[in-house]
Order: sequence, then structure tokens, then C-alpha cells
Amino acid sequence: MRAIGIILAGGNNYRMKELSQKRAVCAMPIAGSYRSIDFALSNMSNSHIKKVAVFTQYNARSLNEHLNTSKWWDFGRKQGGLYVFTPAVTSDNSFWYRGTADAIAQNLTFLKDSHEPYVVISSGDCIYKMDFNKVLEYHIARKADITVVCKDLEAEYNVDRYGILKMNEESRIEEFEEKPVIARTNTISCGIYVVRRRQLIEMIEKGAEEDRFDFVKDILIRYRGMKRIFGYKLKEYWSNIATVEDYFNTNMDFLKQETSDFFFRQYPDVYSKVDDLPPAKYNAGAHIKNSLISSGCIINGTVEDSVIFKKSFIGNNCYIKNSIILNDVYIGDNTHIENCIVESRDTIRHNSYHKGEGGIKIVIEKNDRYVI
Amino acid sequence: MIKKEMIAMLLAGGQGSRLGVLTEKVAKPAVAFGGKYRIIDFALSNCINSGVDTVGVLTQYQPLRLNTHIGIGIPWDLDRNIGGVTVLPPYEKSNNSEWYTGTANAIHQNIDYMESFNPDYVLILGGDHIYKMDYDVMLECHKEKNADVTIAVMPVPIEEAKRFGVMITDDERRIVDFEEKPEQPRSNLASMGIYIFSWKVLKEALLTNADLPNLDFGKHVIPYCHKKDAPLYAYEFNGYWKDVGTLESYWEANMELIDIVPEFNLYEEYWKIYTKADILPPQYIADDTWVERCIIGEGSRIYGKVINSVIGCGVTIGKDTIVRDSIIMNNVEIGAGCELYKAIIAENVTVGANVRLGIGDELVNETDPHIYCNGIVTIGEKSTVPAGVTVGKNTVIFGMTDISDYPDNLFPSGKSLIKAGDKV
Repeated sequence: MRAIGIILAGGNNYRMKELSQKRAVCAMPIAGSYRSIDFALSNMSNSHIKKVAVFTQYNARSLNEHLNTSKWWDFGRKQGGLYVFTPAVTSDNSFWYRGTADAIAQNLTFLKDSHEPYVVISSGDCIYKMDFNKVLEYHIARKADITVVCKDLEAEYNVDRYGILKMNEESRIEEFEEKPVIARTNTISCGIYVVRRRQLIEMIEKGAEEDRFDFVKDILIRYRGMKRIFGYKLKEYWSNIATVEDYFNTNMDFLKQETSDFFFRQYPDVYSKVDDLPPAKYNAGAHIKNSLISSGCIINGTVEDSVIFKKSFIGNNCYIKNSIILNDVYIGDNTHIENCIVESRDTIRHNSYHKGEGGIKIVIEKNDRYVI
Repeated sequence: MIKKEMIAMLLAGGQGSRLGVLTEKVAKPAVAFGGKYRIIDFALSNCINSGVDTVGVLTQYQPLRLNTHIGIGIPWDLDRNIGGVTVLPPYEKSNNSEWYTGTANAIHQNIDYMESFNPDYVLILGGDHIYKMDYDVMLECHKEKNADVTIAVMPVPIEEAKRFGVMITDDERRIVDFEEKPEQPRSNLASMGIYIFSWKVLKEALLTNADLPNLDFGKHVIPYCHKKDAPLYAYEFNGYWKDVGTLESYWEANMELIDIVPEFNLYEEYWKIYTKADILPPQYIADDTWVERCIIGEGSRIYGKVINSVIGCGVTIGKDTIVRDSIIMNNVEIGAGCELYKAIIAENVTVGANVRLGIGDELVNETDPHIYCNGIVTIGEKSTVPAGVTVGKNTVIFGMTDISDYPDNLFPSGKSLIKAGDKV
């Protein structure tokens, strides 16, 4: 692969509500045993990108823990591998990353010291599977300056938190609006870009001189008339998890065989850090319907239409329905949980009752584990 | 300078023929266990958890799966700059090339490996038991007693002691005598086949006895040390320790994991067991299922009923199928409408729809009555069983079978059907 990778993983999103208190969006657990960033990392690895930088900023503890060895994605290399860049004070800069373009600008040496002619940029909070070689081929064939991966969302889907674009019949992007109140099309930018490395360096340096810090506003939108910016339509599954509803729905999508087959039974695989957990255990009284159960769980109660993440304990006579139980949660006996997301490492006392009425309820009870 | 206080030598070359077709293509230490593990994981995890970071694994019989499983030791953190895990197969020498002919002979052929780490102590282990043990505590005991050899022993019921090598000790736990599988045991302390040797003692004993045929620890090296009046001590171990050398004990040990609080608990934080796990999605349990008293590995998809069973990773169990009291290893496909009773199904097996396993009277197996017994149906790896057939108890099936192998869609109890492996 003639490209290096950049994963933008710094962001926080108020739409994640309490879930973002603990971690950056990119470190959100997904589909029982993955983290959001695994999808971008696995795509890069499977596209044979050899050198990948991850830019982190907001509450990166959980993310750094997840990335502490890069071997799971085959990035434990002597040549290339995984680089995690957090903002640092230098002799000529004492700012945090003031935007996506600024993050790249502050780490421009990474781009300058590489020799690969292209750069693939991806956000870390999207769940998708894609071969970047195909985008790169498309990019080269169109003689594009920048290629933006985009997707048509369904008409009823509210797209006001995305970049909206309009292409002409040659797929060249004519209009690009960031988060418009009223969108004119339902074609959104997936936050995945291919650009020539020297071109990127040039645009970033220019932007930095003018104190322009955002990749979308200050590069894509500003340059759209002058540079050849093309759209590459992604047909397969793609989902951004940066709101509570989307996060919930994305996890629930994995209960569908179609989605689960696409990610887990079709080449190539998605990789994640391996925990040393025993297989899931079902004791007498367990009753499971249409659910994903991860390793290390011990189930004694009823679970329906739910995703149970790793190492959770579900007590006797519990009823869990249409919910997401994140990692290492202890749920005491006789508890009812419906339409909820239970935050990781939480301890729910026995006889608790939680039900999301008219929406998803986020359950955070900070009880002591062994006092119950 | 390279210096390791204690290194481990793990004997993993044996076939384990009493596991029948399960070990036809893999060495016993590489046989799957407990949903996601392989038997050797327990010894390797014990090593790293005990602070032993240099392990030589001696392989000989069917080493492919063992080699790929161990790799460079990443799952056990045994990928080290110095030490780590090294697979040691028999090798050709300029004269006198030979296979590993006995346990101590295998160690003798690797004296150079051990010497390169300049060890004070050498731990000799087998790779075929299920247990959690801190070898460091055993080493403490070895040092405290100023022993030349320390042998781990386990108290067993006296009537069972005759199946083991038995150690007779004095009040100080010094071994005064030992007997191999005695008719009338004088002690109930069974040897677990785990030894700590002071390196100088081991080296001298191996070099002196090098020419004995089939050089063995229990038969030659320990008696030799005893005869020299070297201080031999017993280290008593009182935890869970299970030999999984027969299909019955293998089945039992798996089933014990299902208990509500198993005696051998994989779920505690302390003393984790590591394995080379593929990166797999969570398991999916569909509608209309019943999953109770079982453990199920990652990536499996369950559309039927699973009761009192151990299911590996990447297994599919079809709709309206009932699996009871069975062990199913990784990547097995079971069709719809099947019934499985007390079956052990090895990796990558395909079972067609409406197959019934373990139905009928319990008749003695015609070819290997001591291996295939206790009503268990055993199916070897990569086998296929065609749709719609009924298979009896104490049976074994191995290879790609088709409907012509099952007259009247029936395979009666006590029969063997071997179409793959070396014995065809």
C-alpha cells in the first residue's frame, strides 16, 4: 500500500451524554468485544497500510490502555507500526489540538518524514469495513486532489450532525456544507479521506499560517472550487456512533445476521485487543433470546434482545431486555433492566428497576462491588 | 551474561493414545479443553504466573498444532529477549541421531539448551494436566530443604494410589522410598510428574545414565539419585489436579467446569489461564433456544438447545437441535434437528441435519473397548457425518463418512468407523 494512515480519535461529543465522561468516543465498546477504533485500525491493517498515526486528545486513558500494544492489529512492527500522538508542549507551540487540521499540523513531521505518496485519513468513531486500496485506485484514476468517502443515508434519517455534500455526474463534489440545519441532500461525508501527502502538507501549512484549524471547514469547504475533490460512495454498512441513539442502534445492528456476517464471517476480519477471559458460562436458570454474549460473562437470569459485553455477571431471576450492558458490570438478583445502557464496571444492587421510557436510559450507579 | 534462576522443561511429545482419535492428528497437550483452551495452556500459564520466563517445550508426536499454538509465546508473555518459550524437537546429530526415547532422554538431548541459561534449578513438567500451581512456592521448599530433587506429590485416596508412582516420606517430607504402581501402596502420596532438580545434580545424573535405553525420570533418574543418597524431598500439593489422559476423565474434567462454583475456577482474577485466542466476536444466542448449565466459546452461534455441555469457539448449532452432556470443540457445524447425547466432537467437524448421536444400548466397543467406553460417542477432527443418521453409544467416527457407511441410516453401539488417520 502506497499510503500512510491517520486516525482522528481526539473527539468528545456532548451527544454521548454521560457515556463520554469516562472515555473518548473512539474507545467506546462496540458489538460485545470490540472498541470503536478497532474498525478503522483493522481496515488500515487489512489494506496493508504499514504506518498509522492515532491523534488523541480528549480523555484518552481508556483509548491508550486499549492501544498499549499494537500487535493485535499487526502494527507491532520494526518498520512503521502504530504511533499515538497526544498534544505536547513544544518550543513553538503550547496549544491543545484546536481542530483536526491543527492536530495534523502539530504532527507534521510524521507526514514529512514518511515516504509513501498518499495519506488515508479516517475518523475513529465509525463502524465500517472497507478496503482503502479501492479508494486509492479511484483517487488516482480520477486524478483527484482529495477523495471523500461518502454515503447516502435514508431520507428519514436526520443528517444535521454530518457534513453534507452534493456531487455532479462525474462524482466531483460541488457543494459541501458542515452540519446544516436544513440539508439539501442525504449524501453525507463518512469522515474518510484520501489525499496526496505533499498536497496535504502544503494545505495544512497554509492553513496553520492563517490560523485555520479544521480539516472540513478550512480545507474541504474552502478548497472545493479550486481543487479536484471527488466523492467515493460507500455502499456497505457504515455507522457513526457519536450520539447515544446511534451508539445504541449500532450495537443492536449486530444482532442482525446480515450485519454480523458482514463484519465477522466475511474476509477480512476485524481485530481487537485480546483479553484473557474464559468462555461465557450459563448457569441453571439462564434464559437467553436473540442476544450477543461476550466471553467472561456469567449468566443466571433472562436476557432478551440485548448485547452483553465482556465479563459481566447477571444474577438470578434478572430480566434484561433491549439493553446494552458494558464491560465488567455486576447485576444483582431480581433486577429489571429495559431499554438501558449500563455503564462499564458498574455494580447494580439486587432488586433494582431501570427502564428507559421513551428513549435510552443511561444507568450509572456507583455502588461498591462486594458489599451487596 | 545470561542467568536464569530456574528454567522449565515441558515434556509435550507424547501421543496420549488413550484419547483415541482425539490425538490421532495432534499431540495430547494440543487437544482443546474447556471451550477455548488447549491442555498445554495450564502448564504454560503456571510457568509465567510463577515467574518462570524460560520454557523449553519438547515436542515429537504430531507437533504442528502445538507449534502454531505456541508460536513465539505471545499469549503467555513468553516472547522475551532472553529466554521465553523455545520449541525443542528431536534433531539430527553427526552420529547417534535418535528420537526422544524417554522423558529423561529428551531432556538429555537438550543439555546445551539448558546450559545456555546458566540455571540454578530446572523444573521438569508434563504438558497434560489441568491444574493451577505456583512453582515458585515449590522452589522455596526445594531451597529451604537444601534438596537435590523435589517431587510434587498429591494425596490421593489409598485405593487409587496403585495407579500412580507413590512416594514414601519421613516426617520431614524427605523421600525414603518410592514404588511405581504398587499393588499394596504404603503411602497415598502420588507423584504428579513435576520435578525440581538442582541443575548440577540433573546434569550429572543425565550424563552418567545417558546410555541407558529409554532413559526415564521415574524409572532411572530418580532411582539413581535415591541410590546415591541425594536429598530427595516431596512437595505436597493440595489443589485441583486432573489427569485428562482418558476420554472419560477428559469428559469429566470438562463437565466439572460447568458447576455453579467449579472446583477449578477459570473466572477468578488471580492466576489467570492464558491461551492463543483468535480475535472473535461475541457469541450469538438466537430466539427459541435454551442454554443452561454450559460454557460457550466466542464467535459461536446457537440456534438450538444446549444443556450441560462445553462448546468451543466458532461453533454453529442448528435450529431445533438438542445438545446434552457433550463436548464440542472449535469450528464445528451441527445441523438442524439433531440430538446429541454424551458426544465428544473434535475440531472442524460437520454434522448434517437430523443426526442422532448416542442413542441405543451401551455395548462394548469392538476395536478399542478400553478407549471408547462409558457411553461416549467420539468423533475425530475434520470428520463429516451425513444427515439423518443415528449413531449408538461407545462408538467412534473419524473421517469423511457418507450415507453408504451407515446401512439403514444406522451406526450401532460399540462400532468403530475409521476412514482417516494413520490406521486406515
